[in-house]
Amino acid sequence: MSNRQTGVVVLTHEVGLHARPTVKLTKLAKRYAAAIRLSASVDGPWIDAKSVAKVMSAKIPQFATLHFEAEGDDAVEAVAALIALVEGDFEEIPAKAASQAG
Amino acid sequence: MDPERHIKGYVASRGYAAGPIYLLQGEAAPSGMPVGSPAEEAGKLHAALEAAGAELCRLMEELQDEAASGMVEFQVAMLEDEELYGPALAAIENGAPAHQAWRDCMDSAIEDYRSSDDSYFAERASDLTDMRDRVLRVLAGIRETAIPPGSVVVARDITPTRFLTTDWSGCGIALYGGSPSAHVAILARARAVPMIVGLQRTDAALSGEALLDAEAGCLVVSPGPETLRRFENDRRGALAQAEKDRAYLDKPAVTAAGEAVKIYINCAGPDDLAGLNPAHCDGIGLVRTEFLFENGKALPSEEKQYADYRMIVEWAGGRPVTLRTLDAGGDKPIEGVTIDGESNPFLGVRGVRLSLMDPPFYKRQLRAMLRASAHGPVKIMVPMVTAPSEMRSVREMLDEARDEVVKAGQAIGSYELGMMVEVPAAAISIEEFDCDFYSIGSNDLVQYVTASGRDNPALSNLARPDAPAVLALIRKVAQFGRSTGREVSVCGDMAGEPLFVPHLLDCGIRALSMAPTALARIKGVVARYGEATA
Repeated sequence: MSNRQTGVVVLTHEVGLHARPTVKLTKLAKRYAAAIRLSASVDGPWIDAKSVAKVMSAKIPQFATLHFEAEGDDAVEAVAALIALVEGDFEEIPAKAASQAG
Repeated sequence: MDPERHIKGYVASRGYAAGPIYLLQGEAAPSGMPVGSPAEEAGKLHAALEAAGAELCRLMEELQDEAASGMVEFQVAMLEDEELYGPALAAIENGAPAHQAWRDCMDSAIEDYRSSDDSYFAERASDLTDMRDRVLRVLAGIRETAIPPGSVVVARDITPTRFLTTDWSGCGIALYGGSPSAHVAILARARAVPMIVGLQRTDAALSGEALLDAEAGCLVVSPGPETLRRFENDRRGALAQAEKDRAYLDKPAVTAAGEAVKIYINCAGPDDLAGLNPAHCDGIGLVRTEFLFENGKALPSEEKQYADYRMIVEWAGGRPVTLRTLDAGGDKPIEGVTIDGESNPFLGVRGVRLSLMDPPFYKRQLRAMLRASAHGPVKIMVPMVTAPSEMRSVREMLDEARDEVVKAGQAIGSYELGMMVEVPAAAISIEEFDCDFYSIGSNDLVQYVTASGRDNPALSNLARPDAPAVLALIRKVAQFGRSTGREVSVCGDMAGEPLFVPHLLDCGIRALSMAPTALARIKGVVARYGEATA
């Protein structure tokens, strides 16, 4: 069974989606089987949330609105975890997500 | 013996270093290596990526501070990402050798970052260059060359990981490229390695003994005995005095007679403020907004400017922040902004003269500054003012900019408009200039009053800040400010120089703006001012 889940969150981190947060975000995304895409606009362009090179080269600034879209069995959990990470200012990978990953 | 040469740069990390020059070239690119089949070349690239990643992982384990290990972790993640090296594999498939494919693939990614008008992302180009060179070096089977301890390293740029893998004991660094806000500059400050950047280009290759004065921002090649002696004195004096003055850092500046003196800091962007305590100063007396334009190419948008000014204003926590409008030209050419080929740039179209030629460009900067005032008091300062009409034009544009900001529904807080006093014409007829405040730019004032170029060491005995003519003008401006109730500060190097501060106080100056590293020292000088001499 395949799920589709979307989510939206405002990026408040200092300068934007810079190197460190990008590494955390893509590492977290890779823990899920679902295909996950993100965009700074509801109209795209959509980029692979598991690719640090792709996410960095999107150069997403502070206060951008991040849109997530996931497809796969764990899509719901994946989007929830990614939003929690952004909302927590990338302090740490949410514990729940960590325990669910595998 | 070679003649002594002084080459100027911008201070990125303060301190002194002395030793033989070591030219650090880019690591050699592989050439004349046998080229295998596409499968073999792809195998080589994969192996090199893995080896480079392994080197970085080892480095990451040794690193203590988070910022540095975060940067290395980013590079490791990038090197593992097929999205990054995919184009190189495709080129290899089409017959390109591994090193060529990798170089092309990275160069286009580097260019993409470099052209970003967000300075953070633009500076990531240096991380990608770092990764490119590391993998190329591994492909060529070359080890990193060791830098002899105690040398003065001169290079175009240094990659962050190269910086981290090097033992810099006793070394100093002078870079032709770079900027004080580049990652490697931040690393150099954190590790107290003296560094200057933006070194003026010279025709001849540099060699021999050198002194790096990363307090004044100067590389001295083949120093003569007199310079050597002075340098040693400066270095030793700086160490001894710093020890004594530390006690003054967190206290307000008060003369022996009990008179308060405002102490501001100069900065060249938000990064300069990292690790500084705003409570140690009364505000910022000079923000050199040229930092926004250092990446060349793309001129910063209003939003980008606003974001940076706002960061600075928020750091100050309600203390006034003096934002100087773009002071390009003279010794600060900016590609695409200043006029090339002027026969005498110091007497050319620079500072406000340049700004007034492009009102939309200038108003964009004024709007960003006005918007920043919503987060704390802002003083807008205009450089290189010569005639009262220039200030009237700026005032008109500022009013227009204010109306535009208000119309856009954006907030404005309290702000003032003032001028730098650095052109003798302005100092001589200061009463003709209607401003909220005045700040004396002593560096240019000295050069123009004494007709001695700042860039000409042969005239340093004439270009003295304590020349009677200079002090007479400073006294005049200070008296005018006092009689009209408007602040007169000094924001040139003179204000941070212990020898000259007593002269400024004698002239009636009661506000000084200086490099943050000079705070404790100058507060100490102020505290001793007027002490009964035994």
